[in-house]
Amino acid sequence: MKKLIMILAGAGIVLGSVSAVAGPEDDRTKLINYFKNKYSDIKIDDYIYGALAFSPDSKSQYDSIMEFPPFVEVLDKGKKMWDTPFKSGKTYADCLPNGGKMIAGNYPMFDEAKGKVVTFEDAINDCRVANGEEPYKYDDMKTMGVLTSYARTLSDGMKMNIKVDSPAALKAFEDGKKTYYARAGQLNFSCASCHIDAAGNNLRSEILSPVLGQATHFPVFRGKDGGDVPTTLQKRYSGCFKQVRQVPDKEGSTRFNNLEYFHSYLSNGMELKSSVFRK
Amino acid sequence: MNEQRRSILKGAGAASVVTVAAAAGLLKPGTVWAAGWNKAAFEAKDMAGALSSEGASGGADSGQITVKAPDIAENGAVVPVEVISAIPGTEHIIILAEKNGFPLIADFGLQNGAEGYVSTRIKMGATSNVVAVVKAGGKVYKAAKEVKVTIGGCGG
Amino acid sequence: MAGMKIRASMAGDVAEIKALMNHVMETGLRKDAKTGEIVPAHHITNVTATVGGKVVLDAQWGGGISKNPYLAFKVKGAKAGDKVVIETLDNKGEKDSAEADIG
Repeated sequence: MKKLIMILAGAGIVLGSVSAVAGPEDDRTKLINYFKNKYSDIKIDDYIYGALAFSPDSKSQYDSIMEFPPFVEVLDKGKKMWDTPFKSGKTYADCLPNGGKMIAGNYPMFDEAKGKVVTFEDAINDCRVANGEEPYKYDDMKTMGVLTSYARTLSDGMKMNIKVDSPAALKAFEDGKKTYYARAGQLNFSCASCHIDAAGNNLRSEILSPVLGQATHFPVFRGKDGGDVPTTLQKRYSGCFKQVRQVPDKEGSTRFNNLEYFHSYLSNGMELKSSVFRK
Repeated sequence: MNEQRRSILKGAGAASVVTVAAAAGLLKPGTVWAAGWNKAAFEAKDMAGALSSEGASGGADSGQITVKAPDIAENGAVVPVEVISAIPGTEHIIILAEKNGFPLIADFGLQNGAEGYVSTRIKMGATSNVVAVVKAGGKVYKAAKEVKVTIGGCGG
Repeated sequence: MAGMKIRASMAGDVAEIKALMNHVMETGLRKDAKTGEIVPAHHITNVTATVGGKVVLDAQWGGGISKNPYLAFKVKGAKAGDKVVIETLDNKGEKDSAEADIG
């Protein structure tokens, strides 16, 4: 009897790990097909440009601004932060895998030992703490925003490569998915209402960007902020939550990290290009 | 009345700052600031006034000037504008945004091999024409392109 | 307001010169969102560019140029190695300059 339970349990785990692979991949494939059907003339890879994929006029403004973007000075500042050694004498490059290059697409990752999702920003803060420095606040664009707007460019050209391969990881993924699809706020919108159901449509003067590719290019620098202030992905989550009149979670919270985990997975296989201009 | 007086005072103040800076040797000798700054033109509230102060009124429409600007500005604070003048001997390219509080944006004097080409980014307060005025061989030419400006920004 | 950057390269016999300046470019018409007060004008008024010591561009600007201004222009007859110098002056008398060799 005991043996049977063990066998069943074993089977359960096997089943669990099978669905841990099939679930997220199924979600991603369904969305790709959905967008392929909805906008047959747009290549999936072009969704890394977000709403710009729908408007050649907007894209050409983007190209023109990216030629010499108003935030080059900020990236220089971020590089200085990146290159400056900690009190320990070590640098971020010493601490992060592969010298910090071509790794951002592996984040968020599920850390089995910690039992939770670890974002790229978490990994940066872990480095800081391990080297005797104070962690940065996740919502502080002057530190975390400026540093990651440079650090993430070291992974430009890498393809998003998020993995969900354990039951615990799947649970975090599912939690993020729940947040993405949950209607909330006074306007009763979910992330999916705008960025899946209505993606590509106009909301007043705005074209809504599709979920695919959204996680590939943050931080962004927005024209409305003068073009030289970084907005991290989770800062953007906060903004979206406020726009649907919902109180946002804290940036760096488990809920937002799980959301980013789910959200980033859906951009798997798409090319990273960090620190870009948006309206 | 008061406002006018204030702006005259402000103008005088700004001018004297430059003078003081120059006198104090802050402006490196050799720097050519010969053109000064055409205050009347830059502070004109309408395009006719600005062009008149610039000595660039009555330009003829020219197909040899191309104004490259978006149909709809992504963001009115940063509108890429490129002006290409194929008119031989282009000496000045002047850029205006018709409905801006101060329509005159810039006057580029070009010489010593500089081609009839400038590219920059401008602010636009409202949907209007972006106008390029070219001075060449004592004559004035112009061309325009309408740019729609909307307010908002999702920034995804 | 320092921190201007220049990129200059040859395309055939024409030098293409691009510059990004670091300036707030306040028009003097904008109201501060918090205080409601007019933010005083503070913008570049003059830009001069020389290539190989010769003035090629001499511009006057108002506050209608975007924050952190971008400027590109083309110069015929310039050659690789020529020095490009761009200087700016603003309405408060502050100066900035940068130089680069045409690549």
